[in-house]
Amino acid sequence: MTRNNTATRASVLWKLLLTCILAGFGITMVLPFLWMLSTSFKFPVDVFSYPIEWIPKRFNWNNYDRVWNGSQPFDLYYFNSVKVTVLTVLGTVLISSAAAYGFARIRFKGRDAVFFLFLATLMIPDQVTLVPRFILFNYLGIYDTHAALILPGMFTAFGVFLLRQFYVGIPEDFSEAARIEGAGHFQTWLRIIIPLSKPALVSLVILSFTWNWNEFVNPLVFLASKELYTIPLGLTNFIDESGTDYTLMMAAAVSSILPVILLFLVCQKWFIEGVVSSGVKG
Amino acid sequence: MPGIVGFGVLTIIPIVLSLVISFTDWNFLDGLGGLRFIGLDNFVEMWSDNWFVDSLKNNLLFAAVTVPATIVLSLLAAIGLNKGVYMKSPIRLMIFMPYVSNMVAISIVWGTLFNPSMGPINSFLSSIGIADPPGWLASSAWALPAIMIITIWANVGYNMIIYLAGLQGISRDLYEAATIDGAGPLTSFFRVTLPMLSPTTFFVLITSIIHSFQVFIAVFIMTKGGPGSSTTVLTYYSYRTGFDFYKMGYSSAMAWILFIIIFLITFLQWQGQKRWVHY
Repeated sequence: MTRNNTATRASVLWKLLLTCILAGFGITMVLPFLWMLSTSFKFPVDVFSYPIEWIPKRFNWNNYDRVWNGSQPFDLYYFNSVKVTVLTVLGTVLISSAAAYGFARIRFKGRDAVFFLFLATLMIPDQVTLVPRFILFNYLGIYDTHAALILPGMFTAFGVFLLRQFYVGIPEDFSEAARIEGAGHFQTWLRIIIPLSKPALVSLVILSFTWNWNEFVNPLVFLASKELYTIPLGLTNFIDESGTDYTLMMAAAVSSILPVILLFLVCQKWFIEGVVSSGVKG
Repeated sequence: MPGIVGFGVLTIIPIVLSLVISFTDWNFLDGLGGLRFIGLDNFVEMWSDNWFVDSLKNNLLFAAVTVPATIVLSLLAAIGLNKGVYMKSPIRLMIFMPYVSNMVAISIVWGTLFNPSMGPINSFLSSIGIADPPGWLASSAWALPAIMIITIWANVGYNMIIYLAGLQGISRDLYEAATIDGAGPLTSFFRVTLPMLSPTTFFVLITSIIHSFQVFIAVFIMTKGGPGSSTTVLTYYSYRTGFDFYKMGYSSAMAWILFIIIFLITFLQWQGQKRWVHY
């Protein structure tokens, strides 16, 4: 008995120690966020006081007001980001889901070759096609419009891949049964596949929301007019103009990060499942 | 199949166009009339361009440090969490948080933290007795390491999640069998955990290398490639060449070099995997 007790006690101690180490690591990882948050409530003179004031001694509530109602149209940037992100995510889900259905359920000539081509493009850095996309968008007349972000954003090999893997796992019998009752591909897709693949769809929505919200290079290259800027691009513009007032910079940074952090906190489970299924088979 | 058509227009055509442009000396300001084929000239001349050579060196160094560091840290964190700790979910959440945040905001925050004279990092280093802390982003020796630190910090969470999934796939029986055979914790780590995780490591390795060559935002926001060429990387230099100097041909050629490097590394890994990846 005593021996058993010591063994349990040792394992509890070990577990506590491990918890402390990992919690320490975790806290170190979030320190930059905490610093950002606390600085966004400080006065400029207190920013660099040391030891660091994690909870400001004097609170400055004006920073957010100055960011949102200052010289930069922050609310417009926000609106643009919401618009671009929501439309892109909607398009991504519809198109990926339809294409994934095609790859998983419809037999056509060269299907696997086309799917492989899809996957291969995941490896090509965006950078490679930056110049030709710039030219193409100019030619199509969508350069410097939100369409230049939304249209290409909807066609992601990743989304197709993620959903296709999921659809392949849905037993053929279900769609077979639907077909016997006279449902076409569209009906089968809408009534059978979509409802059954909700978890995968939710993961895709959350991941693509995050990626599109955070997207920087495409807006940088394909947008010229300030009134079209999305949040990350507007943020750089804000920094360039606000000079060295770190409190305002941090308030702006917090504003830009907050929606995704909240989404992440609420939908953690889906988030992590999405990342896992994206990585299970590369 | 509008999906496939749209994908073709927006992905395949630009890829082909990009290759075509890379064989020209096209300057955007000349309009399409200025398009002139110069064969492989772009691909030959870049090797005597110091900025290009420095970018390439920085990319290689960057990958050589960030990839192994990220893998080791994320593996350790995943193993720790998997062993059973209190508050597993909040810890996992904290480590994963950087991954969901936008790199622009992250770069702004870290750029301030790294401030050489007043920043919290150097204040801390001074307070623990380091008399002459690094100049970070202002120093050509420390700017690249600073960007490496941020990159590692931002990517550990993602890879940790992948590793956690991999660990959950290892059967308990294997560990029990190892214990019966008299293996201690270290032996079972090297003989059971690592080999069983090798497919995961393979995936993490390939994706981390690909991502490390695409580092851009941190450089763009914090250093603009400086001081000197110390943080200039291929993505950044090719961006500048194309969209600040309008040399579209040369820019595309460099982007292709980037792709060829990524492709070669991935290909070699694929070939080499038989030696160490156990399925």
